[in-house]
Parts: sequence; structure tokens; C-alpha cells
Amino acid sequence: MRIEAVNDFVIRFANVNGTGSASANNMFSKAVFRMGVPVSPKNIFPSNIQGLPTWFEVRVTEKGYLGSRGDVDFVVAINGQTMKKDYDTLMPGGYFLFDSTKALPRDFQRDDIIEIGIPLTQMCIDNYSNPRQRQLFKNIIYVGALAYLFDMELEVLTGMVKDQFAKKEKLIAPNIGALELGYNYAKEHYPDTCGLKVQRRDNVGESIIIDGNSAAGLGAIYGGATFVGWYPITPSTSVVEAFEKYAKKYRVDAETGQNNFAILQAEDELSAIGMAIGANWNGARAFTATSGPGVSLMSEFLGLAYFAEIPVVLMDIQRSGPSTGMPTRTQQSDIISAAYASHGDTKQVLLIPCDPAECFEMSAQAFDLADRLQTPVILMSDLDLGMNDHMSRPFKWDDERKYDRGKVLTADDLDKMTERWGRYKDVDGDGIGYRTYPGTHPTKGSYFTRGSSHDEYAAYTEDSSVYEDNMQRLVLKWETAKGVVPKPQIKYRDKNSKVAAIFYGTSAQASYEALDGLEAEGTKINTCRIKSFPFHEDIKSFIEEHDTIFVIEQNRDAQMRTLLLNEFNTGTEKLRSILNIDGMPIRARRIKRKIERMLSGEKVNPFTTARSAQEEVEA
Amino acid sequence: MSYLRSSFRHPQAKKNKLGYTQANYEGALSTLCAGCGHDSISNSIINACFELSLEPHKIAKMSGIGCSSKTPAYFLSNSHGFNSVHGRMPSVTTGANMANRDLTYIGVSGDGDTASIGMGQFMHLVRRNLNMVYIVMNNGVYGLTKGQDSATADLGSASKKGVPNMYEPMDLCELAISLGSGYVARSFSGDKDQLVPLIQGAIKHNGFALIDCISPCVTFNNNPQSTKSYEWVRDHKEATGTFDLVPFEQEIQVQSPDANKETITLHDGSVINLHRQPESLDITCRESVLSALEEAKQNKHVLTGLLHLNTDSKNTHEIINTSQRPLNSMKEEDLCPGSDLLEALNQSLR
Repeated sequence: MRIEAVNDFVIRFANVNGTGSASANNMFSKAVFRMGVPVSPKNIFPSNIQGLPTWFEVRVTEKGYLGSRGDVDFVVAINGQTMKKDYDTLMPGGYFLFDSTKALPRDFQRDDIIEIGIPLTQMCIDNYSNPRQRQLFKNIIYVGALAYLFDMELEVLTGMVKDQFAKKEKLIAPNIGALELGYNYAKEHYPDTCGLKVQRRDNVGESIIIDGNSAAGLGAIYGGATFVGWYPITPSTSVVEAFEKYAKKYRVDAETGQNNFAILQAEDELSAIGMAIGANWNGARAFTATSGPGVSLMSEFLGLAYFAEIPVVLMDIQRSGPSTGMPTRTQQSDIISAAYASHGDTKQVLLIPCDPAECFEMSAQAFDLADRLQTPVILMSDLDLGMNDHMSRPFKWDDERKYDRGKVLTADDLDKMTERWGRYKDVDGDGIGYRTYPGTHPTKGSYFTRGSSHDEYAAYTEDSSVYEDNMQRLVLKWETAKGVVPKPQIKYRDKNSKVAAIFYGTSAQASYEALDGLEAEGTKINTCRIKSFPFHEDIKSFIEEHDTIFVIEQNRDAQMRTLLLNEFNTGTEKLRSILNIDGMPIRARRIKRKIERMLSGEKVNPFTTARSAQEEVEA
Repeated sequence: MSYLRSSFRHPQAKKNKLGYTQANYEGALSTLCAGCGHDSISNSIINACFELSLEPHKIAKMSGIGCSSKTPAYFLSNSHGFNSVHGRMPSVTTGANMANRDLTYIGVSGDGDTASIGMGQFMHLVRRNLNMVYIVMNNGVYGLTKGQDSATADLGSASKKGVPNMYEPMDLCELAISLGSGYVARSFSGDKDQLVPLIQGAIKHNGFALIDCISPCVTFNNNPQSTKSYEWVRDHKEATGTFDLVPFEQEIQVQSPDANKETITLHDGSVINLHRQPESLDITCRESVLSALEEAKQNKHVLTGLLHLNTDSKNTHEIINTSQRPLNSMKEEDLCPGSDLLEALNQSLR
């Protein structure tokens, strides 16, 4: 029995990295999108430049489920190193496209799948003489074959080739030639073979396709960031690369040719955030981007910015930890280390986007919040969101929007002031004092910024009560923060239901899909998507309203659950974890199966990941 | 430390071009030990800024952690100050400078703050040639933690504890010269006549300027076995020549002709007059300076004065082509590309 589906399947490309496969696979994915069918591509790549296995998974999803589904219906197996595994893990009834220049080894003996052999290497040898072309066009040929097998519009693909090589015209004809080679081979040898189809729809609307890091970099441009200090680390590097790309496009003064921005590659992460803090202290909006190991290194400075009350924006593109972990695999495992980053009593504001549109919006908003609250704001993205293309709402910007620079005194304000100004004096009752930028006024408004204990006037103090008052004022400021950070997204499928789920960031899409599936079977589960820390009071009432709450996240230690318990001091019995730590995006099918079993009263281990699912132990 | 400072100021105290007296450049009362070399350096900073008629609020005072890093509280109270974290003053100053290139940045650090915990940041700061003055108050010892050797302590030198240092010292001037700094000086906190013009020259220099200032720690490292004691430094210092700085705006006095005078014009038109003996060091040549420093070291001499000057270098902003307008003065209209461009971008992503 072959799998049959229209606009609803998962295809996985197994390639060797450094062979140009990524752009061909992206072309396939974008072609599906341009046929009006929602698509979700995921690049699963090694921490390596050339020669190791890499996979590219494309989910074709008419209903617009953009999370990872789980299971593979069609595999394009171009990598000899992983071919056996790719063969064995294919769903029964699935399709196995391979390079038939060489016959399949003898131990490839499944009779429940459909094998599609295309002599890619031989076709390249026959048609191209240049070795690099032989390698690159192999990828384009299989894309052409897929177009036939899935009954796609070949013109969409040829149109993309024309767009892509608009500036290198002589590459257009050979690329189209390669597409046709594959298309015609499949047409001749595999008519009516494939039960998976891509048919034109009108389901993507206004959507765009972009990766979260580009969106975050663009958000920083729109949010008015002028300076970046950074240190390269996967998967955050492309945030700064995007910022630079857009800055060169939008921020070079037409008359002088000079930059209305500055970017410095620092010597390490300590320096990167130190620079960003220095610039913010001096009144420019500045940020840095990093991943887990960088957050560890930046913790000391995050404490300084917290205590000396200096705005700074940090973008943490999380990856698998601990330590170096799996640098090119995703996770949501910096939640606690970011929320309480630094020694002493510290709490940091977190923003948690779930798609590129939110990466853009929250990145821009982070600068307003940091200035308003005079404290670090950390954007908690991850590798899946940051480095994969995602279909997303388009970006929007209101031209009337003004940057909220928070409480900053001008020379005029200082001149008009009758009472004595104190940098850390809480005159408004919200825990936030008034800042001055260096150089504002010849005789007023100067103060000494320090990470040592200080009084309302920024003077050093070791007076216990003055220290304590200052620390308690920071708690009041934290309360103020709760009112200005993004509220959670709460959805009731059934007001009377006592079952709920809490999730955040990239766990959201797969969770919504799993819960839709359960709802179709009659189980209605209310949801709360957390978008920020400090937690909004609505989250507490949401927990109180329900008896069983699944907390779905991508780390081993249930970090968000821990944070919820710690902050609200309630829910220990109700909050039940569903966890994923294999470095792949959490999959909808597995969440659904896990919840079904938990709801049926089974005692199951909370991990949805491959190994623990197979060897599940009673938990 | 003292607990009281006289509020008396001379009624006819000299005023500078801004109409300020030296009192306008003072800071809070120092809490360092009586006789600490650092206080003399603070006074030299006050003096240098007063004489150059700098507007105090256009100066930013930056520091790390340690005794030295406390001193920005003791000078220029009308300037913003930033006492950052240990060894990280370079990065904070870099960011601050990127935000506003129009201020004067005076960084103060110690030998622990610079040569140990902050060595990485220090070296990269020099490489980038950030436009700032970097003063190391160098006493060869950790004061606040009570007397451990620092990385600039000379081999065999002993602090109050009496145990000779077993490791080779870092020479910050040699490092800065080899990393391309165009203004490198060594001085002594007890020699104000030399230090004040050196600070003035450093302020006027376009790019990174280092002053490694030996500044004895009277409490932990001023004993006869220490090579950072007042006595030892006084007995062993040797100047490369004398030096004066004529700010751009100031009328140049007609002086008696001086065959040994060499005049170097700085970025803003100010002039440095170097007075040196015919056979002495050519401070514009890196190689000869580095070998002179090594030679002095072998002879147990401390070579002081302006050690290296190269006015032909680009500062960080010039290297990366930043706008002349300070970045922190830019508003929405300068920074936000607006909704039309965003919609065009959306279109390209479909």
C-alpha cells in the first residue's frame, strides 16, 4: 500500500554537506510555497563545513501546520553514509528516491516501500564535463524529477531559476536544462508511481518565507539599533549578518557615504556584551546576539546591567547544551540560565517569539522595553526558529511609531528641576529612576555608574538599609515590567475543560497541531502560549483554572515548568511535562500520542524523543 | 585617607578659557590610603583637563575594578563616570565611544585590571585603535585584596610580604607599541611635571593613547625590595626627553631656538614639542623604542616619558566609516527605513 496524499506529506532530503544541496532543496520548498501551499522546511545540519551528513526536511501542509510532524513519507537519499538508516526509517508505503547509477546494496530488502531509482551521477557524467557542475546539477536534476512525481507546475521552478540567477544570466539555461532532464527521466520511467501530489491552492495569503534570525536582525534595524558588538557563534551569527546586510542597504548616508551604524566583531562574548552595554549607557541603542555558551560568558555583565540599570538587548539563539552540546541542533534549554542570569539576586526580562513575524516585532520592541525598564531584555529564539525558513505573517511597521527611550532627562529638564535629582530615585512609584546621557549638561546630571552598591544618588554605599531599599526597588521595577511585556496568548477550546497546555516559542506550532488532532477526537485542551518573562498574572489564573496542565518544551529539566513553579509557588501536582531533547524540532504526532497516553491514566515518561520513546520507562 | 577637605579656594585662583578654576575639575574626596600614588595621578588628570580647558561634561571617565578604578570618583565630578566590571573597561569604553564619538574618553585601570583579567580586552582595544586615553595606575600589586603580586611585578621584586616574584613581568608599553598604538608613554605618579603634559598629549592624540604610570602602593608595595616603590623608581628612572604640548587654539610663544626640538602636529592642529638630546631615542620608530625598552630593562632602568608617537593612524570610527554625527543623536527619521521599504521587502520574500 502506497501513501497517498495531496498537499500533506513530509519529504526528507539526505545529502552530504558542502555539495550545494541546500539551495536546490530550498528551491523545491519555495516552489511549493509559490503554488499557494503552506510549507515548513527544516535544515538538519552538522557542525562541519564539508563532507558530513545533512538532511533537509520539507513538510508540505495544506492546513498550515508549520511545526515538525514526525515520520517521513518520501526520502531523497543522496548520501551513501546515511542511506541505510534513511531507508529503514521511511514510513511503510513511503517512497525512496535514490541514485541508481549504482544498484542498491543487497540488504535493502523492504517490500513495503516504493523505490524510485534515477541514475543521477550517470546523467551528470553524460551531460556535464565540469566536475563542480556535475555535483551541483545532480541536485537540480532530482528537483526536476520531484516536480514530475508530485505533479507540480514546472513553470514555477523555472521561474524561480530565472529569479535566482537574474544577475548571472548564463546560469539560467543550464539550470532549467537540469530541471528538465530530471522531469523527463521521471516522466519516462515512473509514470503513475507516486501517490503524493502538490496541487495549487490559495492557502498562503500574504505570508512571507524567511528565517527568524534575518527577521530579528531586521527588527533591530527598525527598532533603531545603531551598534552591535558580537562574537560569532552558531546559531546566532546570522542575526548579525542580517543586521549588517540590512544596515548596508538602509543605513548608509546617501550624501556622505558614511554609516549610520557601527558593527564590531569582539574578541569574545564578554567583550561583545560589554560593548553593547557601553553604547546603551551612552544613549545609543545597541545589542549583541549569542547562544548558550555566550550567555554563560555574558552573565557577569548581565548582572552589571541589571544592577546599574543599563538597557541592553541580547538575542539568545538557543542550541543544544550543556557546554558545547550539539552546536547545530535546536533546544529551549537556556530558559533558567537566562531568566536568572548572573550572581546575586537577579531577574532578566525575556521575550519569546514563535515565528519570524514575532522575531521582527519582539526584536524592535526589545529596545523600547530595555529603555523603558532600564534593564537587559533577552530575546529567546532558538536554532529551529533562527536558522530555518518559516512561513510567517508579513512584517508590519507603523510609520507613526516613536521609539520609547524611557525616562531620560535633557539639559532643559535638568535646568527646570527644582528638587535634587537622583539617578536611582523612584519619583514615579514604578521603581524606575531618570537617567541622563553623558555630555547632557555642563554642571547637572552627571553621576557615577557602578556595579557596587549605590544609593539614590548613585554614590557608593555599604549602608545596609540603603542597599536593601535599592534591592526592593528593583523588585518594584520587576512588578512594573509585568505590565509592559507581551501578554500570553490564551485560547480556550472549551471554557469548562479542566485540561490545558502551556508552551512557548518553537514548541507552539507542533503543540497546536497535536491539540487540534485531539480536539478532532473529542478532547478539548485549552492553551497558553507564554511570550515573556516576568510572567503575566493571567498565566497564574490559567494554571489555577485547570487540573491538568501539560507543559510542552524542548529541554531535559522542564525549565519552564520549574520557572512557573518557582515564580508562582503553585501547581506542582498539575503541571505535567512533555519534553523533547533530541536536538530536532519537537514533533506534533509524538506530542499527541504522549498526551493521549497520559490522559488515559498511563504512567509514562515525559520524553517524546526517539530513544526514550522506544525504551520508555515508568516515570 | 582624609575625612575632611578644606572648602577654601584661592579667591584669585587661575581661570582657564572657559572661566573655570581647577575646582571645577575636582571630584569627591579620595578614600585611598594616604600617600597613594593614584591620588597624584588623579590630580594630574584634573590639572591636564583644566589647562586644556576641556568642558568637564564632555569627558567620560571609564574604569574597571580595583583601587585604581575607584579614582574616577575623585576627579571631574561634572563628568559621567562608569566603574564597570573587573578587566572589562575596554569593551564598555569601546561601546560608549561607538555611541558618541564627540566625547573625550579617559579610561583608568590598574595592573591587575589590565595585565591579568583584562589582558584580552586591553590588547584588542589597542588593535582597534579606539580614540581614548588609557591610564594604567601601575603598582605591581593587588591592593584591595591585600598584597598579591600582579602580572607587572618585576621578576625578583618583593612586596611587603617579602616573597620575591617568580614570574616574568608584562610590559604594557611594549605590548601597546607592538599592537600599533600611536601614543605610548610611561611615567611616574611622583613626577607631575612629566605626567601632566603626557596626559594632555594623550587627550589630543587621535586614536589609542596609553600611559603606563608607575604609582607606588604605600601600603603593600613600597618597601626597599620592591621595584615599584617610590625610592626605587626615583633612583632608576630615565627620561627619553622632555615634552610639551601646545594646544591648537593657543598662541605659540616665540622661544629661543632649540636645535634639539622636534615638532609634531597632531590631528586637531595641536603641536607636540619634543626636546631631546641628539644621540637619544627616536620615538617615532617602533623598532628602536622596543630595543631601548629592552636595554633599559637589562640595565635596571625605568625608561619614562613619551616612548612612541605615530600620528598617522586611523581610529576605530575612521576604520569602519561611521557617521561623523554621533550615533546616539540619531532619531527615528535617521534610523527607521519605514513601512514602504518593509512592504517591498515582504514582496521579495513571497
